[in-house]
Amino acid sequence: MRVLLAMLMTVSTANTMAAVFTVPLNDKSSITFISRQMGVPVNGHFTKFTSRIVFDPARPDVSRAEIDVALASVNAGSGEADDTVKSPLWFDVKAYPTATFVSDGLKALGGNRYQATGKLVIKGRSFPVVVPFTAVPAGTSMVLDGVIPVSRKQYAIGGGVWADPSVVADLVQVHFHIGLAPAHK
Amino acid sequence: MKDWRYTPTAVVLHNLIAGLIVATFPLGLYMSDMALSPRKLQLYSYHKWTGIVILLLAILRLLWRAAHRPPALPADMPHLQVSGAHATHFALYGLMLAVPLSGWLMSSALGFQVVLFGVLPLPDLIAANKATGHSLRSLHEWLNYSLLVLVMLHVGAALYHQFILRDGILRRMALGWGERK
Ligand code: HEM
Repeated sequence: MRVLLAMLMTVSTANTMAAVFTVPLNDKSSITFISRQMGVPVNGHFTKFTSRIVFDPARPDVSRAEIDVALASVNAGSGEADDTVKSPLWFDVKAYPTATFVSDGLKALGGNRYQATGKLVIKGRSFPVVVPFTAVPAGTSMVLDGVIPVSRKQYAIGGGVWADPSVVADLVQVHFHIGLAPAHK
Repeated sequence: MKDWRYTPTAVVLHNLIAGLIVATFPLGLYMSDMALSPRKLQLYSYHKWTGIVILLLAILRLLWRAAHRPPALPADMPHLQVSGAHATHFALYGLMLAVPLSGWLMSSALGFQVVLFGVLPLPDLIAANKATGHSLRSLHEWLNYSLLVLVMLHVGAALYHQFILRDGILRRMALGWGERK
C-alpha cells in the first residue's frame, strides 16, 4: 500500500513537473507599481501588456520570458497624473510606446523560487536586471510573482523639475503577477 | 478676580492653533488650484502635516478644556452675547477636529496614506474608494467654509470687545506678566 502511494505520488509529481506553462491568463495577471511621493507609497498599474513565456519548472535552463508593457496604458491614480507620466519628461509614450523585459537566463533557487536575468528596455535605454520570482501552482496553472526595482534616473523617467528624488523617490517597485496555463498538447 | 485669564497652557494652544490655521487654510486654497508639479506634491504634504498637527493640538486643547473651567465672562455681558460666544466656541472646537479629520479621511479614501513629516505613516482611516474620496473632498471644502465664517465671527467679536466695548476681554487670551485688570 505504502509503495503504491509512493508510486502514485511520484507519477503525479512527475506530471506537474512535466507540464510546460506557456499560455498567459490575462484575467489572472497584473503589472502594478509603487512609487514614493514625499515618503508616501502610491500605487499604480498598467492595463495593457503582453507576455510570451515558456516556463518549465523542471527545466529552468530552457525557460524564457519576454514581457511588453504598453506604457500609454498607465494608471497612476488620476487623469492628471496619467497625462504627466505619459509626457516627454516621463515615459514619452509617443516616442517610446513600449517597455520590454527579455530574459537571457533562468535558474531555480530551490523551493518555488527562481531567478531570471535579462535586460529591461525603457525609453530606448537598456540595462541588465536580475529578477527573483516565485512560481506557485494554482490548480492546473502556475502563478509567477516578482518585483523589478526600476531606477527613474537610470531610465530618464521623470527628469527636469521631476528629477528631485526627495519628492518622487528614484526607485519604483514594479510588481508582476502572471498566471500561466500549461501548453496545449 | 483670581481666574480672569486663561492659563498659559490654554493661551499657547490657542495661539499655536490659530497661527497654524491661518497658514493651512490659504495653503489649501492655493495648492488645490495648481497644475501637477513637484511643488504641488510638496505643498499637499505640508498642508497635511500642519493639518494633522492642528488635529493633535486640538485634542490636547479639548483635554485641557475638559479639565478646566474657562475664566468667567464679565458679569454685565448681555445674555445674548454670552450664548453667542458659547455657541461659537463650541462650533470652533468641533471644526478644529472635523476639518482635519475630513482631510485625513479624504486622503485615505483617495488612496494616499498620510505620512507625517514624510517619516511617520499614519493608518488609513477608511478603505480606498474614489467616489467616497470625492464626497469627502466636498465635505472638507464645506467644513472649511464654515470654519472661515466662524473664525470671522470670532475675530469680529474679539475686535468689537477690544475697540468698541473696550472691556479688555482680548487680554484673557494673552500671556501677560504682572499686569492685572
Ligand atoms: C485645520 C486643518 C485644515 C485646514 C484649515 C484645511 C484647509 C483646507 C482648505 C481651505 C482647502 C481648499 C478647499 C478647496 O478646494 O476650496 C483644503 C484642501 C485640501 N486639504 Fe485641507 N485643511 C486642513 C487639514 C487637512 C488635513 C489634516 C488633510 C489630510 C491629511 C487635508 C487634506 C487636504 C487635501 C488633500 C486638499 C485638496 C483637495 C483637492 O485636491 O481639491 N487637509 N484644505
